Amino acid sequence: MGELFRRIRYLIQRRRFDAELAGDMEFHRQMAAREGRGNFGNALRIEQQAREAWGWTWLDDLVHDLRYACRTISRSPGFSLIAVATMALGIGATTAIFSVIDATLLHPLPFPDAQQLVRIEDDLPGIAVSDVGISIPEFWDLENSGIFQYVSLNGGGSVNLTGSSQPARIQFEPVSPTYFALLGVKPELGRTFDPNDRTPGFTLEVVITDGLWKREFGGDPHILGRSLRLDNDTYQVVGVMPPGFRDPGQTPGERSTDLWAGAGFAADPAPDPVRGSRLSLGTIARLKPGLTLASAQSRLDALVAALKKQYPADYPAQTEWTVRLAPLSESVVGNLRQSLLLLFAAVGLVLLIGCVNVANLVLARASSRSREIAVRHAMGATRSRLMRQLLTESLLLSILGGIAGLITLACIKSLLLGMIPESFPRLNGISLNWTVLGFALALSIAAGAIFGLAPIRLTGELDVMKAIRQEGRGSTGSADRAHARRILVVTEFALSLVLMIAAGLLLRSFWQLFKVQLGFRPDRVLSVQTWLPEPNDPRTDIYRTATQEATLLREILRRNASLPGVDEVAVGDLAALPLGHGRDDLNMWPFMREGHETQTSQAPLVETAIVSPGYFHLLGITLLRGRVFSDQDVETTPAVAVINEAMARAFWPNEDPVGKRFKLRRRPNWITVAGVVADARTESPSQAGIPLIFLSIYQFRGKDLALFLRGQVDSSAIGDQVRAQVQSVDAELPVFGAQTLDSVLSDSLSPRRFSLQMVGLFAITALLLAGLGIYGTISYVVGEQTREIGVRLALGADRRAILTMVLGQGLRLSTAGAAAGLLGALIVTRLMAGVLYGVSPVDPTTFVIVTLVLTAVALAACYLPARRAMKVDPLAALHYE
Amino acid sequence: MPMELRPNPVTPSGALPLLILRVLHSGSLHGYAIAQRIHVLSSEVLAIEEGLLYPTLQKMLVKGWVASEWGVSETNRKVRFYRLTAAGRKQLESEMQSYDRVTRAIQEILRTA
Repeated sequence: MGELFRRIRYLIQRRRFDAELAGDMEFHRQMAAREGRGNFGNALRIEQQAREAWGWTWLDDLVHDLRYACRTISRSPGFSLIAVATMALGIGATTAIFSVIDATLLHPLPFPDAQQLVRIEDDLPGIAVSDVGISIPEFWDLENSGIFQYVSLNGGGSVNLTGSSQPARIQFEPVSPTYFALLGVKPELGRTFDPNDRTPGFTLEVVITDGLWKREFGGDPHILGRSLRLDNDTYQVVGVMPPGFRDPGQTPGERSTDLWAGAGFAADPAPDPVRGSRLSLGTIARLKPGLTLASAQSRLDALVAALKKQYPADYPAQTEWTVRLAPLSESVVGNLRQSLLLLFAAVGLVLLIGCVNVANLVLARASSRSREIAVRHAMGATRSRLMRQLLTESLLLSILGGIAGLITLACIKSLLLGMIPESFPRLNGISLNWTVLGFALALSIAAGAIFGLAPIRLTGELDVMKAIRQEGRGSTGSADRAHARRILVVTEFALSLVLMIAAGLLLRSFWQLFKVQLGFRPDRVLSVQTWLPEPNDPRTDIYRTATQEATLLREILRRNASLPGVDEVAVGDLAALPLGHGRDDLNMWPFMREGHETQTSQAPLVETAIVSPGYFHLLGITLLRGRVFSDQDVETTPAVAVINEAMARAFWPNEDPVGKRFKLRRRPNWITVAGVVADARTESPSQAGIPLIFLSIYQFRGKDLALFLRGQVDSSAIGDQVRAQVQSVDAELPVFGAQTLDSVLSDSLSPRRFSLQMVGLFAITALLLAGLGIYGTISYVVGEQTREIGVRLALGADRRAILTMVLGQGLRLSTAGAAAGLLGALIVTRLMAGVLYGVSPVDPTTFVIVTLVLTAVALAACYLPARRAMKVDPLAALHYE
Repeated sequence: MPMELRPNPVTPSGALPLLILRVLHSGSLHGYAIAQRIHVLSSEVLAIEEGLLYPTLQKMLVKGWVASEWGVSETNRKVRFYRLTAAGRKQLESEMQSYDRVTRAIQEILRTA
């Protein structure tokens, strides 16, 4: 410790220390001279050796190198500017993507000991269904298993908040009281739920987000203890979460939760807690400290085996019930991983191409510097010292580039964040933190090392004798450098080709999706949501039966049909809203065909949507067989269903499904298939053929409703007009979320559009850089060949032949690059299969077109130097040296 | 006339820190005096080259075994005197001990082998 302190003190006061040393030695010399011993040796060298004892030589060298590098850089501002700008672009873009990866993939959960957080999913692989939900006795088993510190259930959905100026529909989650203790988060105000609360139904306590507090309650400081009316029940606010807190849900809907209500899920409105009755709830847990995922899973497997033995009736062997643990972080990130890694690879390629370009520039400068290097070597600089000097220069350039990139990034941060789709998880976790800054620094150093060392390695430029020889005769000795530049250009061309093919494939996927046959007509259709309250005590529900609800709905439809411009109206539940629902809004129900399935525990789950008779015509969904619903299909008449083609194919193959009967939703009554409609891609444009059952809304009530209007309507005013109509029937109903189906369709493509835009942007950058690189190299080669061209012309060569010769050189380079690039692309695009749609990863059209485009750009880049070569004046060329 | 037989002075490179520590033990000295003292005390067998003395003194300053302070030389010049520190004293002790052990061991070999 003392030694370091002394060394640092020396560094601070080194002028004084060095003067004292010089004084000592001067005195020594005088005394020695007096005694007749004049020989002292090389005083300077001894002084230097003595100073080295303090161990700061490296710093001296560094300062010297940096000073020298600054001089060289400022001596050629053009080169330096291009190099710094290229690096700023590459490092800035790579850092931007990395900051997103840092927030989403590396730190998906901003909670303490997040690696202990898991999601628990029940699967029935025997009947090919996964994530079937959990029954409450199973939940209790998990709580008592000793594997978990906390287990929590969470539902998803929304609720009507009434009592403020306008009835509002807010995203809410019923959760077990352990929820916040499990996550390990503290509220901003008040408290969260008591994890030991064993209330069977709702605890009637809610915790709200900072956003809801500010939006609906104006940041009221007396919010704690305030009563809220949610679906006509009264709850009390006990806490407000801090501004940055977002629910770690699986879907965008869950992640935008505004209110959490404590619930035991074992009393109204939940069904009786029996083992056979699975609730569609999510389950998350925190593992006991010290338990790994694998050890917890094996203990859980043992528990499942014991339960199967204990309750054979509830767990039939053929369903093969299993319970699976997965890191919570995985389900938050979901399928984004692949898109993000694709972007990261793309931007990394751009950076690499940038490095190659700068390496090319460095080489171009090497000719003018070889004499300087030779002289410095002759003066006694060692090889490693010279290497260090050159490396310092390139590192300085790339770090300057990195700083410029980061500053740009900080300036346009909000612009960039605006480009990211809203549905992105951890969007507000993206920041320029220390990890990101460290990454940018490491990246700068790596980039500087690449473009600093590559030219040296490729040419052996430090071979001093060669350098001196080269000075003698310009053109022949630089063959090495020309060769090195060709290698770099081929590399660059190959990398750009890979990137452009990737972008081309994404573009084709997007195009395929864009012109896909949706099976419904989204144009001129507008949807508006309204939700009926669902009180915890069913007896207080004024829309308890389908008949009660039908009266309301018929009136709402009648009034809205009379709005100006509206041609047709229909109503359905959220599952009927095309493309507009997340996974949490799906209505999956056990489905049992007559004569096939007998027990709900073996039944496959099928998605159902509830619609009014006009729905099919309004959306342009074609009827293939039988009939659609009519106004006469009501609660008192036999229940009927309309199924889609995929459903018919899956469950009644080679049979006419019309007239077949099935049971659904644990109801005792048979439902008869009345008609079959064509498949429509209501799930997502990329998903076709998902089995779907439609039920009549006059026979089966729906709470989460979407109104559909077709016609020439003013989309900005229609929301208010519909609200007025709906609330004139029931003033307590919220009306929200008016949007055209066209915009819903466009939104559903936004993550793909984002990937496409980004990769496309990177590919164009790569194309520009590669074009510049080829242009620079061919110009250089032509410059070197001026004499040769002059001689040829003097001997009578055709000028056109010269042009062809130069273009031929460019063509050879691009052919070599294309070959390498195509090979690379074949490997890389295979990894992209998951993000492509309707196009093969080795789509020949894309490969050929992109290669042709890139070759055309290369030839265009060669054309200018080739024209210059053609116009060489033989006389001037021969007098050149 | 018989020439006075005097061998060439030897430079004791390895043991130099030990010697410097030892001569400073009896009081602080300036650089030249350290070289002189070693030369004289060794009956002019050992000579310390400046090229070795000053780098070694710097190393000892880094290690904290010696400290420097201003003093006045015999010739009335303001010069730096080197003084043994507490750490230097400890170092001297341990180096003496290990030196003793090594010489005893070497002598043992020379005597018995």
